[in-house]
Amino acid sequence: MSQPAVKKLFSRPESLKPSMTHYCPGCGHSVAHRLVAELLDELGLREKTIGVAPVGCAVLAYNYFNFDMVEAPHGRALAVATGIKRVHPDKFVLTYQGDGDLAAIGTAETIHAANRGEKISTIFINNAIYGMTGGQMAPTTTVGLVATTTPGGRDPDRDGAPIDISQMLAVCQRTVYIERCALTSVKHIQKAKRAIKKSFLVQLNNLGFSLVELLSPCPTNWKMNPSDAWRWTESILTKTYPLGVIKDTSGLGDVR
Amino acid sequence: MLMRGAHVVGEAAVRAGCRYYFGYPITPQNELPEYLSSRLLEVGGTFIQAESEIASINMVIGASVAGGRVMTSSSSPGISLKQEGISYLCGQELPAVIVNMMRGGPGLGNIAPSQADYFQATRGGGHGDYRLLVLAPASNQELAELTFDAFELADKYRNPVMILGDGLMGQMMEPVIFRDPIDPRELPPKDYILEGCKGREPRAVFSMLLDPPTLYQHNMKLLRKYEEISAKEIRYETYQVDDAELILVAYGTASRIAKGAVNRLRREGFKVGLFRPVTLWPYPKEVLRSLAGGGVKIGVFELSVGQMVEDVIMSVGSRSEIYLQGVPGGPVPTPAHVADFAVSVLKGDGRLGRKVEI
Repeated sequence: MSQPAVKKLFSRPESLKPSMTHYCPGCGHSVAHRLVAELLDELGLREKTIGVAPVGCAVLAYNYFNFDMVEAPHGRALAVATGIKRVHPDKFVLTYQGDGDLAAIGTAETIHAANRGEKISTIFINNAIYGMTGGQMAPTTTVGLVATTTPGGRDPDRDGAPIDISQMLAVCQRTVYIERCALTSVKHIQKAKRAIKKSFLVQLNNLGFSLVELLSPCPTNWKMNPSDAWRWTESILTKTYPLGVIKDTSGLGDVR
Repeated sequence: MLMRGAHVVGEAAVRAGCRYYFGYPITPQNELPEYLSSRLLEVGGTFIQAESEIASINMVIGASVAGGRVMTSSSSPGISLKQEGISYLCGQELPAVIVNMMRGGPGLGNIAPSQADYFQATRGGGHGDYRLLVLAPASNQELAELTFDAFELADKYRNPVMILGDGLMGQMMEPVIFRDPIDPRELPPKDYILEGCKGREPRAVFSMLLDPPTLYQHNMKLLRKYEEISAKEIRYETYQVDDAELILVAYGTASRIAKGAVNRLRREGFKVGLFRPVTLWPYPKEVLRSLAGGGVKIGVFELSVGQMVEDVIMSVGSRSEIYLQGVPGGPVPTPAHVADFAVSVLKGDGRLGRKVEI
């Protein structure tokens, strides 16, 4: 009897541990984790990767990623990563950070690591809200969005305006590649994967600092069901944070 | 070799295998990063002038978890900013050397010599149950020795070590003999560092332990480490204490002045000695306790309104009368001033210093 021809089409990447995550249904973190893990596998980087986890919803990322990881104090991931990369310039160093971590408490560490041109890849999850602490205003919260600390919705006169840190980083001379994607549909997720791949290639080619911002749904704290949250991300959040390449001086061309 | 104190720390660090320095300018310790900015280049190391003290201490975390011998330095307000990172280093059990060349406070204070950060250094200025080893050198030669030892102790116990000096010490020129340099590549391998998981299971280094019994166990493990340090790493100097009727207690720069006072008073026939703690944590409590009693008086001299005196009280208790001369804010008394204090205590005239009521 002949064996039926079986081809494995889908499996867990080796760069992910076989553990359940604590992420809510419809949250973008799981998708982003998977994209990072798939790419580390595809590029053969898992065993030379050192990741830096943030404080925020992804604080437990070291329980899900199957490579060396360290926890950073809130906002300090890129300073910690700088220390790591300077000791191990031949290793692959990435930070995985949310908007509160990267664009509020860690703004200084973010801008200065980028401006030094540290050869690090940063995955920046922008869900416009503080998730782990329960839905307070983020620096990226859009005008009108109701957070637990913005009664009636974010009012720019009272609460300040949403910050576009990716645009700010693009101004720094030593940043090489910055792109904003959304985790909202197969098309956009595939695009996000290509952007993350390019960011990884920028580091592998020793070109400098790169960052991929991922607009990511937070159904729990936006008080929406997952499908509404994904639609809101694509139709509303992108109005404040337009998708696309913000800066690319890598010379790497299109990445497939 | 005749060298400035701040340069002595830098040179000793490089000889101890330190190849990574991260810091932010603040007076009075800038000569140390300036020295290392070029010295580390010569040995293939890394010097980064960071955007803040906060960034510096977090770069230290990164370099330490990656396995490097690493140091940062600052002065009082800057050390306050590093406290979050110091707490993480302790929680994550990562070695590092932190130099504090103290200046006057609170707030911006001034840039004069001070010992006002004793509580912050020995009690932990950051959050959580933790301890730092705190070394208090009193000469350039000792700066060289203790800087070297600080890296060894940090690696041995996987805990940050603080060198507590002051602005005067950083500027002081004195001859110094250095130990032979060691090659950091020849140090024993560390089994907890992150360098990619090739050939082994991935490692995770973190301090967050959400499960209360797990964090309890972690805290108890740290406690056992601190108890071991307390048992093994006490350092101190005694000077002319055997027949002393008054023992002055002082550390660092203050102890230099106090020793001058002891020499002066001995020439005049007063039976005065000096006890100098070199480790401020762990504090040499038992030794000091053994010197107290039998009518011996204790005179604490420090460049603050009185912080180390609390450790003296815990050591001595009611065995001896304890007097304090605390001088905050930057004026540096001369040996003659301290000798006056000592004579006043010996005579019991209440003219100088104050008696500490327990």
